[in-house]
Amino acid sequence: MELIELFLASILSNNVALIFILGMCSLIAVSTSIKNSVNMGVAVMFVVTTTAMINWPIYELLKATGTEQLALLVFIIVIAAFVQFLEMFLAKYAPKVYDAFGIFLPLITVNCIVLAISLFFQQRDYNFIQTTVFAFGSSVGWALAIIMLAGVRQKMYRVSNIPRGLRGRAIAFLILGILALAFFGFSGIGRVTF
Amino acid sequence: MDDLQTQIKKPSRWLRLQYKKWFIIFKNGISEENPIIVSVLGICSALAVTNRVENAIVMGIGVIFVIMASSTLVSLLRNLIPSKVRMVAYMVIIAMFTIVVQLFLLAFLPLVAANLGAYTGLIITNCIVMGRAEAFAIKNPVRYTVIDGLANGLGYTLVLVAIAAVREPLAFGTFLGMPIPGFENWINWNVMALAPGGFFILTLLAWLMRSLTKKYEET
Repeated sequence: MELIELFLASILSNNVALIFILGMCSLIAVSTSIKNSVNMGVAVMFVVTTTAMINWPIYELLKATGTEQLALLVFIIVIAAFVQFLEMFLAKYAPKVYDAFGIFLPLITVNCIVLAISLFFQQRDYNFIQTTVFAFGSSVGWALAIIMLAGVRQKMYRVSNIPRGLRGRAIAFLILGILALAFFGFSGIGRVTF
Repeated sequence: MDDLQTQIKKPSRWLRLQYKKWFIIFKNGISEENPIIVSVLGICSALAVTNRVENAIVMGIGVIFVIMASSTLVSLLRNLIPSKVRMVAYMVIIAMFTIVVQLFLLAFLPLVAANLGAYTGLIITNCIVMGRAEAFAIKNPVRYTVIDGLANGLGYTLVLVAIAAVREPLAFGTFLGMPIPGFENWINWNVMALAPGGFFILTLLAWLMRSLTKKYEET
C-alpha cells in the first residue's frame, strides 16, 4: 500500500517536472511535437529507472567505505557510462529502436532528472524497492508532463495568434506554469513526506 | 593641416574599449547571449532556487565559481583531451568543482545548504557550465576563457536575482529575509514561492527582455 502511495505521489502530487522543476532543458527543446515527446518520455523512463537501480547498490558500497562525498562524481559517471553503453548496444543489436530513440540518448545524460532521482533517494534514505518505485513513478510523471506540454503547444500554434515576444520557448513556460497550478490540485495524494 | 588632424582625432578611450576582444566577450555573456533569457539554458535551478533572494545569490556565486574553475581547467587541458572522450572529461572536471561548492556550503552556510537541497549537486547538469566548456573553453586560450566564464556566470546570477527579487516580496513580504516597509500587512501569496510563480515570472521577464532588445524567436 505504501508503495502504491509512493508511486502515485511521485507521478502526481510530487511531479518532478511541474513541482520540482527538473529536466527543463530537454522538456522545452523536445516538446515541439507529440511524437518526439512520447519517444523522449519512454527513453527517460527506461534510463532513469535503470540508473537508479544501478546507483543504489553503488551508494551502499560508498557508505560502507565512508566515501559518500564522492557520490555525486560516481553517480554522474555511472549515468554517462550507462547511456553510452545503451547507445552502442542499441545501434548494434536493435537498429530500429535506435532510429527512434537514438538521438535522445545524449540529451538524457545532461538531463537533470536522471541525476536528481539518484540524489533524492540518497537524501531520503529509500530502500531498494522504494527507490525503484520512486524512480519509475517520477519518470512516468516527467513523461506525462512533456506529452501534455507538447499537446498544448502543437494545438496552440495552429489555432492562436501568440504575441511576438512570447513565441517559441517563452510561451512554453507560461503553459508549464498553468499545468503546474493544475497539478497542485493533486496535493495530498499519497501523504508522502519529502 | 591642423584642421585635418583634428578631424581624424584618435577615437575616445570608451570607443576603443568597445572593440577590445575581452570586452566583447564580457558583454556577450551578460546581455547578447545571456544564458537564461536568450539561450534558455539552466532553467531548472533558475526556477527552483529563486523563491528567496539569499538562495539566488548563493546559487549564483556557486555557479560562477564552477563555470570559471571548470572552463579554466578545460582550457588548460584543451590540447590534451582527446575529442572522443571530451564530454566525460568535462563531467569529471565539473563534478569535482561542484563537490567543492557543496562541501563549502555544508561547512560554512548550513542553512542555505539545507534550503538549496539537491540543487547544488545539480550544478553538474546545469547546461550552462557544460555549454561554456564545449562552446568556448575547448577552443580558446585561458585568459579569454576566464572572462567568458565570469560573464556567463554573472549573466546567470543577474537573472536569478531579478526573478528572486520579484518572487520573494510577493511570496513572503520580505527582501533578503528582512521585512519591507509598507508590506507589514502583506498576505503571503503562496503560489509565488512555488513552481508556478517561477514559471510566470520567468515568462514575463523573457517577454520584457525580448520586447526591449527586439530579438524575437520565429517558429
